[in-house]
Amino acid sequence: MALIANLRQRLFRWQSDGTAPTRLGQRRVFILPAGSGLLFAIALVVMLIGAINYTLALGHALVFLLAGIGLTGMVHTFRNLHGLTISPGRCEPVFAGETAHFQLILSNDRTTPRLALELEAEPGAAIRADIPAGEIARINVPLVARQRGWLVLPRVRLWSLYPLGLFRAWSYLQPEMRCLVYPAPLPSPLPERSPSLAGGEQGSEGGEEDFAGFRHHQPADSPRHVAWKASARDTDRPLLVKQFAGGAEGELRLDWQLFDPALPTETRLSLLTGWVLAADAQGCSYALRLPGSDIAGGFGEQHRRRCLEALALYPQ
Amino acid sequence: MSTQARQALDHYAVPWLFAAALLTVAPHFEHQPLWLSLFCGAVFIWAAWLWWSDQRLPGRWLLMLIVAGGCAAIWIEFRTLFGRDTGVALLVMLMALKLMELKSRRDAVVVVTLGYFLLLTHYFYSQSIATGLWLLVALWIVTATLIRIHGGSAASVRGTLRHSAILAGQALPFMLVLYLLFPRVAGPLWGLPQDAHAGRTGLSETMAPGNISNLARSGEIAFRVLFDGALPPRDKLYWRGPVLEEFDGRTWRPYAGITPRPRLDLQSPPIGYETTLEGHNQRWLLALDAPSTLPADSVLSGTLTANARQRLSNRQRFRFASTIDFRFNVSENQPVLNRNLQLPSGRNPRSLELARRWQSEQGSPEAIIDKALELFSAQFTYTLQPPLLGEDGIDEFLFATQRGFCEHFSAAFVVLMRAAGIPARVVTGYQGGDRNPVDGYLIVRQSDAHAWAEVWLADRGWVRVDPTAAVSPLRIETGIAGALAEGEPLPALLQVRTDWLRTLRHRWEAINNAWNQQVLGFDRERQRRMLSAFGIPDADWRNLAVALAVASSLLLLAIMAWALYHRPRRDPAARLWHTALRHLARRQVHCPPWETPLALLARVRAEQAELAAPLARVVDAYLQARYSPANEDLATLRDAVAQLRRWRNT
Repeated sequence: MALIANLRQRLFRWQSDGTAPTRLGQRRVFILPAGSGLLFAIALVVMLIGAINYTLALGHALVFLLAGIGLTGMVHTFRNLHGLTISPGRCEPVFAGETAHFQLILSNDRTTPRLALELEAEPGAAIRADIPAGEIARINVPLVARQRGWLVLPRVRLWSLYPLGLFRAWSYLQPEMRCLVYPAPLPSPLPERSPSLAGGEQGSEGGEEDFAGFRHHQPADSPRHVAWKASARDTDRPLLVKQFAGGAEGELRLDWQLFDPALPTETRLSLLTGWVLAADAQGCSYALRLPGSDIAGGFGEQHRRRCLEALALYPQ
Repeated sequence: MSTQARQALDHYAVPWLFAAALLTVAPHFEHQPLWLSLFCGAVFIWAAWLWWSDQRLPGRWLLMLIVAGGCAAIWIEFRTLFGRDTGVALLVMLMALKLMELKSRRDAVVVVTLGYFLLLTHYFYSQSIATGLWLLVALWIVTATLIRIHGGSAASVRGTLRHSAILAGQALPFMLVLYLLFPRVAGPLWGLPQDAHAGRTGLSETMAPGNISNLARSGEIAFRVLFDGALPPRDKLYWRGPVLEEFDGRTWRPYAGITPRPRLDLQSPPIGYETTLEGHNQRWLLALDAPSTLPADSVLSGTLTANARQRLSNRQRFRFASTIDFRFNVSENQPVLNRNLQLPSGRNPRSLELARRWQSEQGSPEAIIDKALELFSAQFTYTLQPPLLGEDGIDEFLFATQRGFCEHFSAAFVVLMRAAGIPARVVTGYQGGDRNPVDGYLIVRQSDAHAWAEVWLADRGWVRVDPTAAVSPLRIETGIAGALAEGEPLPALLQVRTDWLRTLRHRWEAINNAWNQQVLGFDRERQRRMLSAFGIPDADWRNLAVALAVASSLLLLAIMAWALYHRPRRDPAARLWHTALRHLARRQVHCPPWETPLALLARVRAEQAELAAPLARVVDAYLQARYSPANEDLATLRDAVAQLRRWRNT
């Protein structure tokens, strides 16, 4: 087994750095007969014997024509992959347990379409691609994210049986792509809001109803708090945001320490992830505190992403 | 792998499979029992209806049951499950039923493979030009089906058909090379089933009244002859088949024992010719009387019939030389002579009496022969529709009906001669032929089948006497169509008397002959001749294998070059820009694909300031060439790139 693995390593050595577009040259495309190719070959031999036995001149011709079609079919299968350019695309973060989609950009600069290409990052999860002549296809290669952290795209197998299915041409791609996997969220009730440190003495019953004035909009502000009417009055100035009385509602503090110390790390991270999602859904301000990192209170998409990232990359 | 092969078949691939099945099965309906054709038709319609209404296909058990029933029916029909016709019938049935089981891609691949097989089986029945063309079309569609199966729904109909045509077109040179260079094996490799060559028409080994007149109604070609020199006179064109010496009162048969070798005394120069004999499933080669040089693998029988060592199941060529004037067995063995004097006892008393009377009246055998021929020419009619004859057939014919075909005349003549004490026997074969002016071949048809007589005369040996010539001289001089009265049931082809139609027929037959000779008749001999023309004399299979390997490698290389040839279409400005990027890369500055020229320049300014100046010129010129509508001149850009290349870090 070690020998085979070694041989594989040597045969399929990857030379690109993985970030640049890769063009499939003839050294990168491998080809071998497929199952139905063997069936076809057996059929041809039987037909040839029949043609010889019954002295069928046209039978010979038919067998030879079919053999020629098989051979040219092999070249066509090879050509279906040869010259294809593959570049890495985007990859959106996912939660553990979900399927990550690595986008690969396949571009066909030939005047004939390339049909029935199949890509898979792990056995059994093939995805099919057809690229019309001179066009680009964005293919999302699925890969199940099992663990939080960085999911690195393993070697992707790209293959095709087109046109005749008698031969299978394949190539290995290893674009340098990784996908951030957040911990799988575990839903649980949010902790009690603690009064914010800054405005602890101001009454907490005010909540969002207690209008306190305007301030200029900042990128992290929720669009729900923009004072659209007030902003519309004076279009030269940046948007205004309504301020409510007090850190009043208080800030959610999602703290590692709130859990029972007996809980395993991963469970704690999952619970925290669930809280972050719940807090974000409520639109309230929240802070995240992990051993070794401390994210101050805030809200919005970027804040959420920062928190989830910190949770995803928390050292094991 | 298996998961891929088991992929479900998309809905719109199914009509392709129907088309492939129909194209490969339909021509077989001509040779099959009617019930099988009807059964296949019903299954086709059922499968098409299931597809159209998008219903579930029948279950496996039902299909198994139908297959078992079909096999049983075929067994009842053919009484065997082996053999050519049975095999074809089974394949046709399986093909039809497989359409009820189209679930996965693997099923579809099975249909296509069956289709390819069925294509081959058509050649059992015909290898004509028309069959060849039809099967080429079928092959095209079947291959397109295979492409469609693997291309899935993204493959357009047009694109699929085009791709199939391209594949077949590129495969043609391979076919040609293989056809010419593949070492040919003379079949058969093993014993063929009984029905391998069923239904061949031609002379049979025995002669009873009606045999030859039935054969004469067929316009089928028996053989073609190409003479080296001029065509001998028509009345000398006697092509000898089996010689019949034994008579039981109704049927004539050849002598089963061994006859000593013939002794020929040739009296004119030999005429060389080549015959192309259609497979008739018999051993005789139908040489022109009398053959002086025989082809290899053949023997001359004691009765001067050239025979092959094996039955001829296929069209084959033979080279002969024959001499028209000859003497044959001037001194004949007594047993042979005795054999040719025997008559069944108690039959045809009136004929025997007539012959004995002649024998006593006339002095010489020649005079008796003349007497008999005189009798025939006086009152007899030559017809394809003779009346039926009873127990004493010869008596009835000679004294009552007096209407007959060549078999009647020759049989009656031989009986008379034997009764008169002259050794005589019946010779069957063909007489005459029709010369095709287009390619110069003499065409001999089944309608030229003939029977004549041979008598043995002291000092002269066996002499041919053709009583039919006495009745109907036109038969020998112009052929059967001229000799028969209007209204005789001759094949329509032979009755054509219009000139342009005759010319057309000659053309068509010449084309067919060329196809037979050049394409179908390409055998080991022709292969050897072709190779020696290319400077490889005495090629054996090793030479052929080498030639084949070289030729197909060259072809494969050519097609690989076609596959690898690819030049991405870029405008000249982009090409120059890429050259510039290569020069930059040599200086360890890499430009990822998402970086615009200006962004790259900004980065270079920050990282490698000394390179910025030449790069700025390139970027500037590139943007000008690319986006400025006025500037079509690339000289500036080319210059700037050249400068960047030459630039040295000083």
